This record gives sequence, C-alpha cells and structure tokens, in this order.
Amino acid sequence: MGPDVLDLSRFQFASTSIFHFFFVSLTVGLAFLIAVMETIAFVRKDRAHIYGNMTNFFGHLFLINFAVGVVTGIVQEFQFGMNWSQYSKFVGNIFGVPLALEVLMAFFLESTFIALWWFGKDRLRPALRLASIWLVAIGTQISAFWIVLANGWMHHPVGYEVVGDQAFLTSFSQVVFNYKAWLYFLHVQGSAWSVAAFLVLGISAYHLLRKQDVEVFSRSLRIGLVFAVIGSVFSATSGHRAAQVARYDQPMKFAAMEAQWETSTSPAPWSAVAIINEKEQRNTFNVEIPYLGSLLAYNRLTGNYEGLIPLQERYERELGPGNYIPPVTWVYWNFRIMVGIGMLMLLAAFGGAFLWWRRRDRLNDTRWYLRALLFTIPLPWIANFCGWITTEMGRQPFMVYGLLTTVEGVSANSYGEVLVGLIGLWIVYLALIGLDIYLLAVTARAGIHHKPEAQMSAAPAPNYAGEGFQGYERRN
Amino acid sequence: MDLVTLWFWLIALTFTLYFFLEGFDFGVDILRPFLAKNEAEERALVGTIGPFWDGNEVWAIAAAGVMFSTFPVWYGTLFSGLYPVFVIILLSLLMRGVSFEYRNQVDQQRWRSFWDWMSFLGSLVPSFFWGLTMAKLIEGLPINADERVLGGFAEVFTPFSVVGGLATTLLFMLHGANFLLLRLHKDTELYNRARAAALFWGALATVAILAFVFMGYVTEGLFNSFGVVPWLFPVAAALTLGSIWYGLTRRRDVLAFLMSSLTIVFSTVTIFIALYTRQVVLPSTLNPEYSLGLRESASQPYTLVLMTWVGAIFLPLIIGYQVWNYYIFRERVRPDEGGLNKGYD
Repeated sequence: MGPDVLDLSRFQFASTSIFHFFFVSLTVGLAFLIAVMETIAFVRKDRAHIYGNMTNFFGHLFLINFAVGVVTGIVQEFQFGMNWSQYSKFVGNIFGVPLALEVLMAFFLESTFIALWWFGKDRLRPALRLASIWLVAIGTQISAFWIVLANGWMHHPVGYEVVGDQAFLTSFSQVVFNYKAWLYFLHVQGSAWSVAAFLVLGISAYHLLRKQDVEVFSRSLRIGLVFAVIGSVFSATSGHRAAQVARYDQPMKFAAMEAQWETSTSPAPWSAVAIINEKEQRNTFNVEIPYLGSLLAYNRLTGNYEGLIPLQERYERELGPGNYIPPVTWVYWNFRIMVGIGMLMLLAAFGGAFLWWRRRDRLNDTRWYLRALLFTIPLPWIANFCGWITTEMGRQPFMVYGLLTTVEGVSANSYGEVLVGLIGLWIVYLALIGLDIYLLAVTARAGIHHKPEAQMSAAPAPNYAGEGFQGYERRN
Repeated sequence: MDLVTLWFWLIALTFTLYFFLEGFDFGVDILRPFLAKNEAEERALVGTIGPFWDGNEVWAIAAAGVMFSTFPVWYGTLFSGLYPVFVIILLSLLMRGVSFEYRNQVDQQRWRSFWDWMSFLGSLVPSFFWGLTMAKLIEGLPINADERVLGGFAEVFTPFSVVGGLATTLLFMLHGANFLLLRLHKDTELYNRARAAALFWGALATVAILAFVFMGYVTEGLFNSFGVVPWLFPVAAALTLGSIWYGLTRRRDVLAFLMSSLTIVFSTVTIFIALYTRQVVLPSTLNPEYSLGLRESASQPYTLVLMTWVGAIFLPLIIGYQVWNYYIFRERVRPDEGGLNKGYD
C-alpha cells in the first residue's frame, strides 16, 4: 500500500515546519545579536565605525534569510485549514488564539520595523533606528513564544473541555502558563540563539583566519561566543527538563526516546547505542550505561520508568484499541543525535570562552580553534531538525496528546490535489533553501566592502560603510 | 452588536485592509513590465513599494489567523475546500516574497529578470485567485452534510468566479497605477506612463467589475437579500469607481487613489454584506441546509471575548505604526542612478 492522504498531509506538515524553522531559527537568534551589536554601536560612539560595519554586515545576512522566513510562515499559518481542517474545527477555539496573537503581536511588528530599520537608515534618528531593530528582535521572540505555546498545547493540552465535537477554552491563563510550553519555548529560544551564534562565530573565524577586518570580526567573535554559551546552556538545561517531564506527561515518547520496551529496573541504565526491532518489540543489541538512566530521568541514582509494552496495554484499557507506540527507531536516534550535537556545541562554546579567558588578545590567532568553528556552523541546525523529529514523532499517533489522533485531524482532500501541492511546495522549498544558503555563503565570504561601488546592492540597498556608519558618526 | 457579529465584521475588515493595501503593491508589480524601460526605472518602481509590501502582506495572514480563532469551521472548510487555490496562492507568494530581496543580490541581467518575472507572476496569480476566492464565498462550495467539500479543481472555475478574479486583478492594476501617481516624481517620464496605464487598465477594470456585479445579480442573486441600507454600498462602489476617471483626467492624483481605495473597500464590504444578510458564511451548492451558518461556525463566547480584548489593543496599534511607516517613506521616488537609496530626494 502506497502513501495515502494522511501520509502526504503529515509529510507536507513536517516539511513545511522543518523548512520554515530552518530559516526562522536563524532569524530569531540573529535579530537579537544584531540588536546587541547596534546597541554597542549606539553607546560606544568612539567605536561606532566598527560596530556599525558589523551591524550592516550581519544585517545584510539577516535580511536575505528574513524574507524566506516570512513567506514560509504564510504556508505554516494556512496549512492548518488546508490539510488539517478537522483538527482546525476541533481546536480552533483554543489553538487559533495563540496563532492570531502571533500575527497581531509579532508579524506586523517585525515586517513593519524591519523596513523602517533597513530602508530608514538615512531618515530615522539613531535612537529610533535602534528602537526599530529592538522591536524586530522582540517581535521575533514573541512570535516564537506564541507558536511554541500553541505547539506545547498540542503536546500537553490544558485549560479546555470537550463539548460535542469541539474543544472549548476554559482558562486562557492555564494555556499561557502551560509548563510544557514554557520548557519548549526556552529550548527553542536557546537553540535559535545557538544557530545564530555559531553562524556569527563561523563567519568571524573565516575572516579572522584570512586576517580580514580583524577589528570588526574579532569583536563579533566575542559577541558570538557570549551568545553561544548562553544559547547552548539554555537549550541543554531546558531540553533536559523537557525530556524529564515527558516521563510523566508523555510516557510513550519518553520510553521511545530510550527504546525501553519493558518497564525498566531501578536504578535504570541508559542506552547509548541500540539496534531496535520494532516488529518484535525488542532491542537486538543494546549498549547500556548503568545508573545514567535514573540520573537523567530523576537527577538521582534511583527510579525506574514504564516501558512501551506496558504503556500500550494501559492506553488500550483507557482509550480503546489501537497502536499507541510511536516510531521508536526514529525517536530514539534523532534524540541521540540531537543530544550528541548539543554536547559538541557546549564544548565549542565553553572551549572558546576558556581560550578567551586564558589567552585574551591571542584568541584571534588560535588557528586550530578558528578552523574548528567553521565546522560548527551547521551543528545547531542539525540538532534542531533532530529535535523536532523527536518531539513530533514521539507524539504519534496523537495530534493533540490523548485527545485527538492525527487520523481524525486530517482534511478530506483528494489524493491528487495534496500530492500535486506537495510536489509544488517541495520544488519551491528546495529552490529557496538552496538560494538562501548560496546567497548567505556568497555574502558572508565577500565580507565587509570598503568601496561602496564594489558591492552588489540589494532591493533594500546594503549601504555598508565605505564612508562609515552614517547615523551614529554624524553625531560625533 | 453581539460578539459573533463583531468578529464577522472584523474579519471583513482584515480582508478589506488586505485588498486595499496589498492591492496597490500587487498592482505596481503587475504593471512593472509594462512601465519600466530600463534598470533605473525598474528599481524606482520596486522602491515605491519596497518598505511597505511586507507589512501589507501580513494582513492576509492576519485574516487567516483571526478566522481560525473566531470562526474555526469557516476557516477549516474554506481553506481545505479551496485547497488547490490556496496552494497556488502560497506558491506565488513564496516566490514573490523573496524576489524583492534576491533580485539585486547577484549582478547579472538574467538573474534580475528571473526575479522580475517571479514578482510579476507572484502578484498577478494571487490577485486573480484572491478575487476568485471572494467570488466563491458568494457562490458557495459543494459542501455536504459533514461540512466536507466535494468536487475537484476544475469546478473552482465558473464564469462568475473567473470574472471575479479578472475584475480583482484589473482593479488592483488600476489601484497600483494610482498609487504610483502618489509615489513617483511628477517630472519623470515614468509618472506620465503610470497615468496612461491608470486610464487604460482602469477602463478595462470598470468593464470587468460591472460584468461581475451584473453576473452576481443575475446568476447568484447577489443583492436579493439586501435591504435599502446595504444597497448603498454597491452603489457607492459604482460611484467611487466612476470618479476615479474624473480624478485621473483632472490630474487630481490623491482623489484618484482615494477613490480606487474606496472602490476596493465598498466592493469587499458588499461581498460580506451578501453573506451577513443571509446569516451564512459559506453557502453550499449542494443543499442550502448544508451551508455554514454564521453563528454555528463561530467560536464560543469565551474565545471571542478574549479575542475582542486582543483586537481592541493591537489593531489600533498596528494601524498606528503602519501609518507611521508610510509617513516616514512619504517622499516621491525618482529613477536616478544608484538604485533605491538615492532614488528619494
């Protein structure tokens, strides 16, 4: 049997969300870094030239990426009605609210003030320009908050009651203060900062290795390091906590992350590598580290957790017959890749911080570290990708955990129209992601132009300073 | 006015604002190949909408988001029922949205003309299909008793919906030309071409709109449920449409733009009045009893109260800073050397 409308719709949703998040995670993080850079340019007028160049350079990268983030966001917003109309009707009362809030509080703010910031270089006072980029940065965080809150509600529904064939909102404050959603938000936020920080680090390292614009890139390297430390610590700690709470609010997901078929012993070991046979519901090969399972699940050396098979029996008793076990292999491996990469990120960030502390001004000359940074650029993106696969696949077969299955949520579209739409979207997505990476790479490698006529000018003309960073310098 | 009614009209407001705002930036993009003779003019035309198009586009997302939260059944049925239409709109908007950003990133004529094509098609195609969607709102979809829409892509095209799409596209072109008259320097060649375009496309738009109204009256019974007061809106739309011609020939650019804006506003409102007077948000072509009722499609009161607070706080704020954005970039554009930044004076 080939794929049906449900499979295609799931694939459509997954691809849209992953492509969208590829661009958006950079937007969310980079907006914040650029706002900080511009703030330093504003405050340290003696160094306005350096930080102004930095802001414009990374601002150009931001804009290339921002456009794609916005347009893929439209698909993200429309696809609920298009592919998941039964879901939309069921939860619109609740789920629609954070989405509407995202648009009204964030999208307008971002799209309006990004134009004011970039086009308004020569017509806004410096304080207003600075305010504009901060509003963009805040807008991106608000946007991330509401969409992740909506997603968190699907994982841990609160503040609702089901009346007839619709879920009704009973307490909006419960939805807003949903602990699960906040953990996800912190996690997503930390990973978005990491994406941007490692991009800034990698690009700075690239130019430092070539001794180009050392005064700019040595400083952007340090700003990148600060954010890399904050971002990777944030995502690691909130991620650890999010995995722990899954043990009691999404036990199936937790058991799948550990490929734990039977209920574990106490103290529980932690599986490092396993070969999983989902048909026979067992692991044919498993390397286990004693005590670590309990330590990760409870932050202490004792405690066990339920396995997939007993959970399946319990769900069948409570919710009726059906298969409640998510795709274990996918969840297990994506979780491990994500955690592994997260460790590498922590290492790279703290390693850099250590070098900075020990060697002070010679960080710029630590060539082995700079070279290593070039390879860290894609790491946070891969970790993000694996993280989304883990959490979304771990939720299956539910769309809203315990409440609505994915099968029940799908639209009654015809196979042909969904397939054609999916192919169309994929062609455009692949083109956009290719172009985005290509243009980011070209722009990043070109570095800071010192002759304005030598630069390509974008629709929002990147007017990087040959003559300096206009707005701030004029005041000196 | 109760909350369901209020939110029905707020959805009408977001769609109206979307068509009014993005109408002119779509229009400018559709007219670009007809108006620009060289790279400098091309850039000047992009520059007229450069700082605005993105904020305008968000009104479409707002319309969808607000519909999702306040009328989930309407949102789900319309968006899944017109699946192929929304796929086409989305693909077009995807390519258009990046075209502005990407066209000048590589200094090659072929690269630039590719993105110019993308923004042309990315404006033409959604203009047509948004118009078609509005016509479909009146005409209805084959909804069955389970609120599911039957039928394929071919059935989306009826004479009424196609004329609706054409009328919208032409009206946007007229609106875009009028917008250019406010944004371009008056002593430029480009400005004169924009005026000629407004007169030419405006004439075609008038014919298409009248055809749409006539067909709506005859085949869809568009105004059957209208009372005396609702009738004022289509009449006002006709009057404002007529006075664009007056504004253009008397060289009163502000008047012409104001009137094309009002034509869009009155036309969109007319469509929503047609729904409201029947208390239906989406008619069923299979059986009138399967039509989505206004009240039955709405969210429960708690959600509506919440959204009312949100709307009361944020809608004025958004409109406020968007107006400020237009004020900051109020100078007229001139196709000079050096592209956008030097295009202003």
